[in-house]
Amino acid sequence: MGLEELAESLGQNVLTTTLGKVVGWGRGNSVWPAQFGLACCAIEMIATATAGVDIARFGSEAMRASPRQSDLLIVSGRVSQKMAPVLRTVFDQMPEPKWVISMGACASTGGVFNNYALLQGVDKIVPVDVYIPGCPPRPEDLLNALMILQERIKAQGIQPRQ
Amino acid sequence: MSTPEGVTIVKTGEKGHFGGEILTVNFGPHHPSTHGVLRLIVDLDGEMIRGIKPVIGYLHTGIEKQMEALRWQQGVVVTDRHDYLSPPINNLAYALAVERLMGVEVPPRADALRVIMSELTRLSSHLVWMGTSGLELGAMSMLMYCFRERDTILDMNEEISGFRMHTSYIRPGGVFADATPRFLEMLDKFIGEMPGHIDEYEDLLTMNPIWRARTIGIGRLSPEDAKVLGATGPMLRGSGVAWDLRKTMPYSGYENYDFEVATSNDCDCYGRYLVRIREMREAVKILRQALDRLPDGPVNVDDRKMLPPPREELETSMEAVIHHFKLFTEGYSVPAGDVYVAVESGRGENGCYIVSDGTHKPRRVKFRAASFANLQALERMALNHMVADMIAIIGTADTVLGDVDR
Ligand code: SF4
Repeated sequence: MGLEELAESLGQNVLTTTLGKVVGWGRGNSVWPAQFGLACCAIEMIATATAGVDIARFGSEAMRASPRQSDLLIVSGRVSQKMAPVLRTVFDQMPEPKWVISMGACASTGGVFNNYALLQGVDKIVPVDVYIPGCPPRPEDLLNALMILQERIKAQGIQPRQ
Repeated sequence: MSTPEGVTIVKTGEKGHFGGEILTVNFGPHHPSTHGVLRLIVDLDGEMIRGIKPVIGYLHTGIEKQMEALRWQQGVVVTDRHDYLSPPINNLAYALAVERLMGVEVPPRADALRVIMSELTRLSSHLVWMGTSGLELGAMSMLMYCFRERDTILDMNEEISGFRMHTSYIRPGGVFADATPRFLEMLDKFIGEMPGHIDEYEDLLTMNPIWRARTIGIGRLSPEDAKVLGATGPMLRGSGVAWDLRKTMPYSGYENYDFEVATSNDCDCYGRYLVRIREMREAVKILRQALDRLPDGPVNVDDRKMLPPPREELETSMEAVIHHFKLFTEGYSVPAGDVYVAVESGRGENGCYIVSDGTHKPRRVKFRAASFANLQALERMALNHMVADMIAIIGTADTVLGDVDR
């Protein structure tokens, strides 16, 4: 069936769905991450954006330099005590709705560094939606986390955080 | 009036050369072009940079302190993670230091594998540098090309050590495991293809008018300044000083390889780019020699007090079980003393200073970070340049913030 025919036969049709589903579908497929690299994991985050694994297939290639244009904060690496307030500021600057992926062992729990310098898990300062294990996680792991997040966003509907 | 994101403007009231006031502007620590979490306090006179003060410590991980809580063989894992673009080279510095204190010599095959891993790492580190610097200066496609080859290298890492980035492959006493036949095959193919890929990068950048306009004459660092400021690696060689630890203080058998030290007398960002390109070509040359001459034999020292016995022995020998138990509960002890060993990483002199009090844990471990030294040259390179050139200058220093802050 050609496009014209399709438009003729189906163009006048009406779909019934909920607004929440449409909004969730739209949001889930256009998650823009903040370009916020911290440590080793950030290198794998860059690798996720390159041709080999290509995060663009999931609509998230637009890494925004400004937190005000982004929906997703990927905490990619270890967060020191000195960096913690900065991270929180970046998170606060992001407009709602927003989500957080904690990438790697350090961001999730402090990883191999159980000491005075590191925050033992970013969930102490920002609400985390998806944790990724690994040190560093493979690019495929990050994609998997993104897909999990997308499912969640789609299910959340129009008001993600109540 | 609203100011752009992440920028606070403070008027200090001083007058600049152009009659305007000197502005002090904060740059970072979250900024897309700082290669991590570097923060700079920049004094601006119009568009001119009159002063830069780096503020570091945003990635301070306590790595050196952490090492004191780990046994000697556990420490290897942490060394991977300070200069995270060259993990095997960090391993090597640490392993050589521990071996020197213990008076251990590794077998020739281990040395050759160490050289192979070091050169692969140098390539991947320069590739990340070139990809990200290209991206920042507008050559967006560089990132895609460079990360393509970097991924090949990471696949090889995975084949030989089971892990992509933080391999912990080089350990005191040898290496983690012998190279698999598939690894040698992959390496052979890679060595064959890489020169063509380097030509491809050069096609994209060397004569690219935008790249040249943004790097030639930018970030000058005279040889004297480079030496005084302690610059190292491509930063030093980009100023025409032929100092490469692989030549001047050879380790792991580098004296047996035929390669040249890349230098450039341009003393600017473009010169340092040429140095890195040539270093990549030399690295491929070294890889070819190492692969062709790869000696046979064991890859670990034959010392039950330092490395665990092979799995088969555990079933037949009580002594092997005891050694195994001792190694994995207490670890080995290193004779009291201190030693400094430096190796050449993609960024320069990557040193490791260890102090042992004769127990199974280090007393003190200090890493001499190449990025930290190179960061000191930042102000000298950036003075009296335009604000936009700062991006090229930060890029050319190739600092890894994990290395600076540790
Ligand atoms: S989890 Fe591992 S790779 Fe990631 S930042 Fe921490 S040490 Fe680096």
